[in-house]
Amino acid sequence: MTDIRTDISYAPPGEAEFSDYIALLKPRVMSLVVFTALAGLLVAPGSLHPVEALAAIIFIALGAGASGALNMWWDADIDQVMKRTAQRPIPAGKIAPQEAMALGVALSGIAVIMLWLATNAMAAGLLAFTIFFYAVIYSMWLKRATPQNIVIGGAAGAFPPMIGWVAVTGSISVEACLMFGLIFMWTPPHFWALALFMKSDYHKARVPMLTVTHGRRATRAHILVYTLALVPVALATAFTSIGGPVYLACALVLNAMFVQGALAIWRRDEGQAEADGYATEKRVFRFSLSYLFVLFTALLLEAALAHWPAYATLAAHLPVLEVF
Amino acid sequence: MPITREHELHQRRSGRNIGLAVVLVGFIALVFGLTIVKVQGGGTLQAYDHSYRPALDPDHPRYQQP
Repeated sequence: MTDIRTDISYAPPGEAEFSDYIALLKPRVMSLVVFTALAGLLVAPGSLHPVEALAAIIFIALGAGASGALNMWWDADIDQVMKRTAQRPIPAGKIAPQEAMALGVALSGIAVIMLWLATNAMAAGLLAFTIFFYAVIYSMWLKRATPQNIVIGGAAGAFPPMIGWVAVTGSISVEACLMFGLIFMWTPPHFWALALFMKSDYHKARVPMLTVTHGRRATRAHILVYTLALVPVALATAFTSIGGPVYLACALVLNAMFVQGALAIWRRDEGQAEADGYATEKRVFRFSLSYLFVLFTALLLEAALAHWPAYATLAAHLPVLEVF
Repeated sequence: MPITREHELHQRRSGRNIGLAVVLVGFIALVFGLTIVKVQGGGTLQAYDHSYRPALDPDHPRYQQP
């Protein structure tokens, strides 16, 4: 006789699948982190051994995943209320909050120490600060305190390309700052466009999203202002050592399209938006994803084309921004 | 009495164990690779202890100022 039952037909609490632990690390955010960190690492002057570069990317991504787990642990109450996040492992009852917290802390330590061993202390310090910024400054403090949460919290997502750059060079430069600025300025219009058509969720969760605290008219104006503020940052990058004609052309076209989209959002009122199911807001949100992807791809292309003498001669005609 | 019935619970645990095994093996391989790269990139290693080393002898022509 045995006391182990084999006829249990439900999943007991804490019996999560491996994929639930992966979900805890926010793999979609991690994929953006991997891409931007890789871009920062590849466009930086100098090079890492491929194994060191692979390790750097893996541990930057692991650090981002760890901060995602800490965010899910802290925000479990909010996630439970919102439709978009209700199926996350903690609100779904698959992983205990304490387990997520322990996993987040452990992976943070592993990621920072291993990045230090693989590259340098500066990159590891930046990764540690990023995790602290996302988990403590953003999740624990700003998210529930101010409608500017997205603006300041966006800094956490903006650090990966800078960490990639610093992993190679060991120091921060104007190029690293501009790549940071690109994601930092891009985050508010991207998320506010999302907030416009996901209004009920944030309201229900009592997160002080701009749409809830200042109204939807003000949010539309904010999207336009931040999109306009993004333009000089995106264009200035073209005139640094990582920019060039291809990036400049992409930046001009994409920023014109982004500003056009932001203007369209600004001109609309709620009646028009509700009538067509927030079509413009959804279009701009989707476009903003492509915007960042294409600009960083253009930077990678510039780094690849720099080895081609004919292109290097052409690129030399662009003035270079000297700040540091 | 041996448990012969394969339950969904066992499959889930098995999936978790395999996933964890893959992660651990990957981590070990990465640390091993990093170690090789760091050791190879670390310059010449002098591993001959308890023997005369001209580079450390100030009177020797091959002396190297530390």
